[in-house]
Amino acid sequence: MTLDNIIVIIAGIVGIVFVYWFFLLKKEKIIEVSDIKGKDGFSHIDITVEGGYTPEAIAIPLGEKTVLDFTRTDPSSCLEEVVLGDFNVRRELPLHKKVSIEITPKTKGTFIYSCGMNMYHGKIIVE
Amino acid sequence: MTQNKKTFSLKGMHCASCVTVIEGALNKVDGVSMATVNIATEKATVTYDPEKVTDQMLCSAVSGAGYKALISEELKSEDEEQKEKLKELHDLRFRVTISLVLGLLILWGGFPGLMNTAPSILQNFWVQLVLATPVQFWAGFGFYRATISALRHRTANMDTLVAIGTSVAYFYSAVVTIFPAIVESIGVEPMPYFDVSTIIIALILLGRYFEAKAKAGTSEAIKKLLGLQAKTARVIRGDKEVDIPMNEVVIGDIIRVRPGEKIPVDGVIVQGESSIDESMITGESMPTDKAPGDTVVGATMNKTGTFTFRATKIGGETMLAQIIKMVQEAQGSKAPIQRLADLVSSYFVPVVLMLAIFTFVIWYVFGPDPSLLYALLNMVAVLIIACPCAMGLATPTAIMVGTGKGAEHGILIKDAASLETAHKINTIIFDKTGTLTKGEPEVTDVIPFGSIGENELLKLAGSIEKGSEHSLAEAIVKDTEKKKLALLEVSQFKAIPGYGVEGMIDGKRIVFGNKRLMDKEAIQIDMAASKIEEMESAGKTVMMIGSEKKLIGIIAVADIIKDSAKDGLEALKKLGVEVVMITGDNKRTANAIGNRLGIARVLAEVLPDQKEAEVRKIQAEGKVVAMVGDGINDAPALAAADVGIAMGSGTDVAIEAADITLVNKDLRSVAAAVTLSKKTMRTIRLNLFWAFGYNIILIPVAMGALYPFFQILLNPIFASVAMATSSVSVVANSLLLKRKKII
Repeated sequence: MTLDNIIVIIAGIVGIVFVYWFFLLKKEKIIEVSDIKGKDGFSHIDITVEGGYTPEAIAIPLGEKTVLDFTRTDPSSCLEEVVLGDFNVRRELPLHKKVSIEITPKTKGTFIYSCGMNMYHGKIIVE
Repeated sequence: MTQNKKTFSLKGMHCASCVTVIEGALNKVDGVSMATVNIATEKATVTYDPEKVTDQMLCSAVSGAGYKALISEELKSEDEEQKEKLKELHDLRFRVTISLVLGLLILWGGFPGLMNTAPSILQNFWVQLVLATPVQFWAGFGFYRATISALRHRTANMDTLVAIGTSVAYFYSAVVTIFPAIVESIGVEPMPYFDVSTIIIALILLGRYFEAKAKAGTSEAIKKLLGLQAKTARVIRGDKEVDIPMNEVVIGDIIRVRPGEKIPVDGVIVQGESSIDESMITGESMPTDKAPGDTVVGATMNKTGTFTFRATKIGGETMLAQIIKMVQEAQGSKAPIQRLADLVSSYFVPVVLMLAIFTFVIWYVFGPDPSLLYALLNMVAVLIIACPCAMGLATPTAIMVGTGKGAEHGILIKDAASLETAHKINTIIFDKTGTLTKGEPEVTDVIPFGSIGENELLKLAGSIEKGSEHSLAEAIVKDTEKKKLALLEVSQFKAIPGYGVEGMIDGKRIVFGNKRLMDKEAIQIDMAASKIEEMESAGKTVMMIGSEKKLIGIIAVADIIKDSAKDGLEALKKLGVEVVMITGDNKRTANAIGNRLGIARVLAEVLPDQKEAEVRKIQAEGKVVAMVGDGINDAPALAAADVGIAMGSGTDVAIEAADITLVNKDLRSVAAAVTLSKKTMRTIRLNLFWAFGYNIILIPVAMGALYPFFQILLNPIFASVAMATSSVSVVANSLLLKRKKII
């Protein structure tokens, strides 16, 4: 085996391990909904839609109405829609326009939401 | 003086003092009689004289106070969104055209076999570099932008794969063009692959363009429903009739509708008669005749007469708004079948990236010469052929088209899970009254015993039944009204569910109900036995009236079977579904109706609270059960069934408990709902099979799995053709559902 072959094999293994670590072993920062209520009397969470959802994971209380304020700043067509399948919500997210989605979780658990094509994911943790 | 009322959104409010400021500013406008501002909703409601006050005046009053009134903003913003979308689509088409033209020129000058026919200028590598660069960085800019923002979140998507794949081909080609000697020195012929990078970008953008156009078709149902809404209403204010915008109609308004006009909101006819086409809401093609007291539904079409009606539901409360809400919710829900696709797509792109690296290494180390070139091209093919979008679109697009098609036929599906379960239904239980029958029973026989007369017996029955809410009671009361019999005073009235009623009339205790009630009261009914048997065998419901422990008469009531019942049940049998009828009627009556409808399995004498248990019993036989009902007492059974179907003008409670609501009263819709579910599921399965099969088969082919046996490799350009068509084909297959016949 030539030297360049050995280098390519080692680089390949490092590349695969890096991809695995970078994409599949990332830790999410969970943002808890604050107790401060908005003018409408409900808790609000701002979610920025750019290359995914920021914050990626949010924790909200069981049985309380919470408003998720999505603002899409990423023109990628993948992110045009947001789908909260467990809450029966599919909404278009016009660019740079706040779209408020109200949810009242009825069961505890972790619920994944995604873009219309199921490529980008966010997490709602109901506690 | 005519007064109009308008509600509009406000911008810039912070606290309660803003309320006072804005109210003050609006009240100062000449012609405004009242202005109220709500801080919670950030909305102002203004009552004003339309001859004096314009929208402009209200806007300037609010802006003068330092805030902004969004009077016609909502409509405008929807328009703007539409325009923005069209602009995006136009922009995409422009990028596709430019990249296709430049890509094809490069392909002509660079593709072996074609290049000999091309002018020499196109064969020049530097010219190809100049042509490929705008495609890579201008047309393909979106791929880079999406990749960078995704990488910031440590996620990757299809754009990442395309960006990496085309960049590899482009930069390799650029090196070949700029430093041919270096490439030659490692034993590789200096041949650029600008055709690969440009054609891939052009084709993937083309696929995206078609996909965007097709996807717009999947949400057409909502747009159609929104389009049904009337724009104005002719309201009678004082002695004047004025046309006002829909959002100014208030509950209690008297509205005039002329022939050929749309009914603006839900209400009750006050005066006049007409024939109304409700097909847009219920899917029923025959117009319905309506008279004073009848309800009318907003967005339906008045055919013949002129009438006035009182508005009872407006805005978000109307039936149309509720239907739109329900369809929107269903389209946003997730089908259980999607779980596997969800799981796969969350790992898909990183796995493809790892496979691409693996492919490069294997081809570089073990591939034939020039191994670097094979390694690069096969890696690009793997990155380009992988299509996670098809998997993501497979289920939701079919659900969107399926639920939309249902709504067009008056079949409202609560969520995707209900639609999915409905295709497995093999037994359907129909509640008899109001579902198989019209639910408007009529008195057919009044037979007194002893000294009492026919009318006197009916009077007693009518008096005691007046307090009951049962549909049979209604028939008796109606008959007394028709015969103009004055009802008597009843005290100590009590309804005994599943038995009948009791009460005191003129100091005598009267019981009125079924045989079970007579048994309970120890009243002998032998003398009427043959008569009862004869009437029950004819499908009539017989009720007995007793006083002082004696039977004093019997009254028979019959309900009319719906016209659509036979066809509806026949259609279900054709689908292989077993039909069961459930009723509180006694066995003989129930069997007679069952025979007439061709229903073999009849569950008779079931008390309202036992319906749920009967549903569970059938489920325990291993059947997937749907329950069709319409009353409050059906709600537990509807909820217990695998699929609860609420029928027609069912109660809100029944609709709430149901998975599927049939807006019309046509029994053929039950079979149509099952057919729709089966067809939607077939589409989803085909989509998933295609999306998974495509990736499972073509990724190994792109890696070169066929090379050792057949020397077959996948050209990255063909990989991009396959990839671009895969998601378009999934959306197109879902759109085919629109053409399927369900009724």
